[in-house]
Amino acid sequence: MALDEATVRKIAKLARIKVPENEVPTLAEELSKIIEWIEQLNEVDTENVTPMTSMAEMVMPKRADKVTDGNYPDRVLSNAPNPEGPFYTVPKVIE
Amino acid sequence: MTYLIQGRTNDWEVVIGLEVHAQIISDAKLFSGAATSFGAEPNSQVSLVDAGMPGMLPVINEFCIQQAVRTGLGLDAKINLHSVFERKNYFYPDLPQGYQISQYLHPIVGEGMVRLDMPDGTREIGVERLHMEQDAGKSIHDQDPNRTFIDLNRSGVALMEIVSKPDLRSPEEAGAYLRKLRAIVQYLGTCDGNMEQGSLRCDANVSVRPSGSDELRTRAEIKNINSVRFVMQAIEYEAERQVDVYETGGSVVQETRLYDPDRGETRSMRSKEDAHDYRYFPDPDLLPIDLTPDFVEEIKKNLPELPDAKKVRFISEYGVTESDAGILVAEQETAKYFEEVALGRDAKLAANWVIHELFGVLNKVGKGISDSPIVADKLGNLVDLISNNVISSRIAKDVFEEMVAKGKDPGVIVEEKGLKQITDAGEIEIAVNNVIADNADQVKKFREGNQKLVGWFVGQVMKKTQGKANPQMVNELLLEKLKG
Repeated sequence: MALDEATVRKIAKLARIKVPENEVPTLAEELSKIIEWIEQLNEVDTENVTPMTSMAEMVMPKRADKVTDGNYPDRVLSNAPNPEGPFYTVPKVIE
Repeated sequence: MTYLIQGRTNDWEVVIGLEVHAQIISDAKLFSGAATSFGAEPNSQVSLVDAGMPGMLPVINEFCIQQAVRTGLGLDAKINLHSVFERKNYFYPDLPQGYQISQYLHPIVGEGMVRLDMPDGTREIGVERLHMEQDAGKSIHDQDPNRTFIDLNRSGVALMEIVSKPDLRSPEEAGAYLRKLRAIVQYLGTCDGNMEQGSLRCDANVSVRPSGSDELRTRAEIKNINSVRFVMQAIEYEAERQVDVYETGGSVVQETRLYDPDRGETRSMRSKEDAHDYRYFPDPDLLPIDLTPDFVEEIKKNLPELPDAKKVRFISEYGVTESDAGILVAEQETAKYFEEVALGRDAKLAANWVIHELFGVLNKVGKGISDSPIVADKLGNLVDLISNNVISSRIAKDVFEEMVAKGKDPGVIVEEKGLKQITDAGEIEIAVNNVIADNADQVKKFREGNQKLVGWFVGQVMKKTQGKANPQMVNELLLEKLKG
């Protein structure tokens, strides 16, 4: 499957990555090559094979319902670029 | 009682499905050890997992799994022993991970059913699925002209999304479904059902079709409606809007709309098409949830009595009417209160006092039954006083008002005010004789055939005894003497 330039622009937008227009053709070509390479997997017959969601042969570890974390708003906000009191702030979100 | 919208050429039927987000009752969040309580200081209940910091790994809260299974069982639903968490990818400032951990292809709960008691009979509404997911943080838009403030306390709190089949056919049914679902999760103790605080939120999928057709037309999704009344209003407005669109030759577009309660209308959010490209994939940080049948069985064994079963029992055990039973089981607290009043007493009388007198007072003072000014025990004492003929029902209303005002025991009020019913035949006879002697004209009219006057005589005797005479005895004695 080849990716066209419109698809590349859409993926970039969904991932919020800014792609200069002159790089779009190169990216389309490179991404297409990657997909083509992965598509070799289509040669394997996976009829009657259940999809694997994990490599680990184990039951998911679980936590008890206990409050063991939090209560450090200063740590949480320590990397925030522009905090206001106990809040993060971001440029106004227009609904 | 089919709900139809009259169009110009034909009638239209409404097709509604509801997606309900119910916040799971738990102490800690779904994937972190931070607390979940409402109203805490901003960003104080946030772990580095909830803040989406690099390198943090989610670990599931086992109790939340139990709560989801418990809810599934309460909805008579199929529990899927194998379910998978997936990432739903989208960017929003109150979603620090850049994706919501949710379930998509393999939810923890499959098809179930909610039964509605409508005026024209029982309706069974299918539940499509129930899955677990994380809540997002809160964006606050009104604190600053140029910035949005973000509080992540809610980020990572466990939610259940409960999706109905498109089986609802009127705003009333949608309202009844939402109320029933709320009652069920409250009975189960899996969600507090508080719509004002946002622990229960509702999206409504609405479409219309010509009456009699079974096609499913394009639907609009009305997002984030926060009261039962608004859900009903939003659906009513939206259905009529769509009929109008079709009848003026247009077509309904699939879109997200918002309900504006102030204007009573829905309007398009005009969100971009891209917004729905969530690129779900299994979350590599989490293993699938694999449950054993024993785990499910254990939860099933400990399910409480749910509203439908309780209603049936109230009718058979206490002999209350079906509609009274429906009112009494609508909220768990009410049912519990009623049973405390009714146990070992005249249950119909108890139901009457709870539904008519107590609810009247609660409505007037705007309180719920858990903050009732009269505790169940004392209302029970009042019912005893009536059943044992210590006071008449009329006097009981005065005693009840006094109980509301002063919080006193009914027995004490009756004692202090001397309200005991007069059941001494001799004493009543004196009052009856006096009334007859003082009203010769009326006695004459009665004897000439005006039978209705007996009520007037009863009233006079009651007046003479300050309402304390046993009305039945007064009636009997009066008839005897008048007919004399």
